[in-house]
Amino acid sequence: MRWLLKGGRLIVPSRGIDEARDLLIEDGVIRSLSFGDDASGASTLDLSGLVVAPGFIDIHTHLREPGFEHKETIATGVQSAAAGGFTTICCMPNTNPAIDNGPLVEFVRRRAEEAGPVRVLPMGSVTRGMGQDEMADLGEMAEAGASAFTDDAFPIQSSRMMRLAMRYATTFDLPVVTHCEDKSLTIGASMNEGYVSAAIGIRAMPRTAEEIHVARNILLAEETGCRLHIAHISTRRSVEMVRRARAHGIRVTAEACPHHFSLTDSAVAGEDAEHPGRAYDTNTKMNPPLRTPDDVAAVVEGLQDGTISCIATDHAPHSIEEKGVEFDLAPFGIIGFETALAVSLTYLVRPGWISLPDLVKLMTSGAAGVLASPNFPMGAGELSEGGRADVTIFDPAAEWIVEPSRLLSKSKNTPYGGHRLFGRVRHVFAGGRLIVRDGHPNGAEARGEKG
Amino acid sequence: MSASIGTGTLESTHLLGLRHTSAADIQLILDTAEGMQEILSRQIKKAPTLRGRSVVTLFYEPSTRTRTSFEMAAKILSADTTSIAAGSSSIVKGETLMDTVLTLRSMTMDALIIRHSQTGAPALAAQFAGCPVINAGDGFNEHPTQGLLDLLTIRQRFGRVQGLTVTIVGDIQHSRVARSNLWALRRLGAVVRLAGPPTLIPPEMECDGVTLHYQVDEALEGADVVMALRIQKERQESGLFPSLREYHRLYGISAERMLLASPRAIVLHPGPMNRGVEIDPDVADGPQSAITDQVTNGVAVRMALLYLILGGKSSDALAA
Repeated sequence: MRWLLKGGRLIVPSRGIDEARDLLIEDGVIRSLSFGDDASGASTLDLSGLVVAPGFIDIHTHLREPGFEHKETIATGVQSAAAGGFTTICCMPNTNPAIDNGPLVEFVRRRAEEAGPVRVLPMGSVTRGMGQDEMADLGEMAEAGASAFTDDAFPIQSSRMMRLAMRYATTFDLPVVTHCEDKSLTIGASMNEGYVSAAIGIRAMPRTAEEIHVARNILLAEETGCRLHIAHISTRRSVEMVRRARAHGIRVTAEACPHHFSLTDSAVAGEDAEHPGRAYDTNTKMNPPLRTPDDVAAVVEGLQDGTISCIATDHAPHSIEEKGVEFDLAPFGIIGFETALAVSLTYLVRPGWISLPDLVKLMTSGAAGVLASPNFPMGAGELSEGGRADVTIFDPAAEWIVEPSRLLSKSKNTPYGGHRLFGRVRHVFAGGRLIVRDGHPNGAEARGEKG
Repeated sequence: MSASIGTGTLESTHLLGLRHTSAADIQLILDTAEGMQEILSRQIKKAPTLRGRSVVTLFYEPSTRTRTSFEMAAKILSADTTSIAAGSSSIVKGETLMDTVLTLRSMTMDALIIRHSQTGAPALAAQFAGCPVINAGDGFNEHPTQGLLDLLTIRQRFGRVQGLTVTIVGDIQHSRVARSNLWALRRLGAVVRLAGPPTLIPPEMECDGVTLHYQVDEALEGADVVMALRIQKERQESGLFPSLREYHRLYGISAERMLLASPRAIVLHPGPMNRGVEIDPDVADGPQSAITDQVTNGVAVRMALLYLILGGKSSDALAA
């Protein structure tokens, strides 16, 4: 199948491209990135007014399989990811069983291959069963293709265990990804500690709970030489510590989630200035929690100056039954694939904080740089002639209102329901297959069926 | 849905808290409560106002005074009351709050009074109840009828709330009584001082009209109202302060400390009291204590609230 993508604005940050160009896809790869090539017999997509970018990468997602298939499966997860423009995603190991050995890494990869052409790169756990006590089979998982190691949902509390694991992980030169949280400061807590939590009587976690672990993990990265990636960074001091560490040459990177630069803890009280809503909406409950306007500003500054390398969603589906309970009892987490681009365009690009090419970088090559290793696919997050045709085409100006019931994730736990956002994914190619067409999954192509 | 009485109508359908309750609504409830006190003073305490209306109390936490007070208030106004305690219902079988409320809704209740250990539970219940919901205490968040009865007690003693200095002493962090009072007192123009150990007062609570004090003596200076909060032993056990003995020494309301307050000052306590810890017995039982008034006013406030929220007519309210 040949496709001519005609008249779009091609943005490939890794190659400094931002101009009108046609793009020819053939046999799953990019055949041509220039005008005037022979496109005879190709199906044509007229993309005037649209942006053509490398397929997006999301390095922080929860696909819930195996063990929590009522929340999401790999198959539904990749559909949702594709609808959001993501063609390469990393999934977290907090499944049941936890992904803590080689065969489980292979299981997830195989299930993903069956699900379609979106690439799913599992991360392996740092400790066995994510139980904090003994190391998981890091070497075996590295051989099986793990993209990184993390105990994401269960941050390792023992500094000794963390230090040993980071030292051991240097053998494979894969990053250790850390959710930073000193659990002794967050017992029973459901939101950020501050004026809002004091006012509405919710047990809360101080920002220092995150920052103490950011500081600790940076010190351990400096000492061990291990690559450290700070997941979903959310406070001003965390951003400042990463900035200083990078300036000192310590191998540390960070990601930010769309909700941490678009919403604040006032949303928990239903008092978001732009979107007043229901108080105690459990879709405003995630970890790290929504912070203060000052923290949001710091995350934006971190994205601007490169302290934060990429945007990741922390897509964390939970069923309506699980979320439809008292705030303290609800699980942490929100879905993110299908709103990530629009939230980023609305809160970063439209206000002028981040240029459009820089946003594309944060969603493509920025993420690829964080995880670069032999286990991360070469060329993901880029577009080059002869390279795999993972292409995301979006309308940066399209205005829409989020209707959770229309999202493709199996779960609907988004805090953006009813919000007016700008920017929609129109078409997505993964491995040269048109898996999303006009904003909708493209039938058999999307499911990866042959023929 | 709205309720009307001669001069006014409640703006809000539910009473989930006082943080967003307008001064007009608060005044309307207090004014109506004063009318209800007349019924309470009769020999035959019964008015037909809410005959045929069903009021459900759903308590997920133990309670003596709040629950009894609501039930008496409903019965005096001739409503039918049904009470559900979490320990003896389908809740122990794992039924969710949503399902419990939907079940009650199907039985056509007219008002739901809910107490719950989780902040926000009444707000959640209000989404499904199909009738007005009254918060009888949720987590650390609010206990709005307690706030209202405290305001009624203060207003009766001073004739106003505006301009008074109210000192609340104790575990502010974990107190729904403190929050409900704080919001309502600010709305009606009182000056609020919060006093207690720094580990029990969120520093962010300092704002317009509210000051924080870690030395109780400075907070008592010239105060018109002194409210002592119940201190829970479990707070000590979780490391928030060293001992009840030290707490009493630093923050206990004693007769000696009360000399710092205004000579006309009154003392309030939401109960149940730890005598000899947050309040000395001679203060609790002394001439400045308005603690028994609080309890009586609790019934009047809850009568007023049920009456207003269920939309009775003023002529009915006071009919014998």
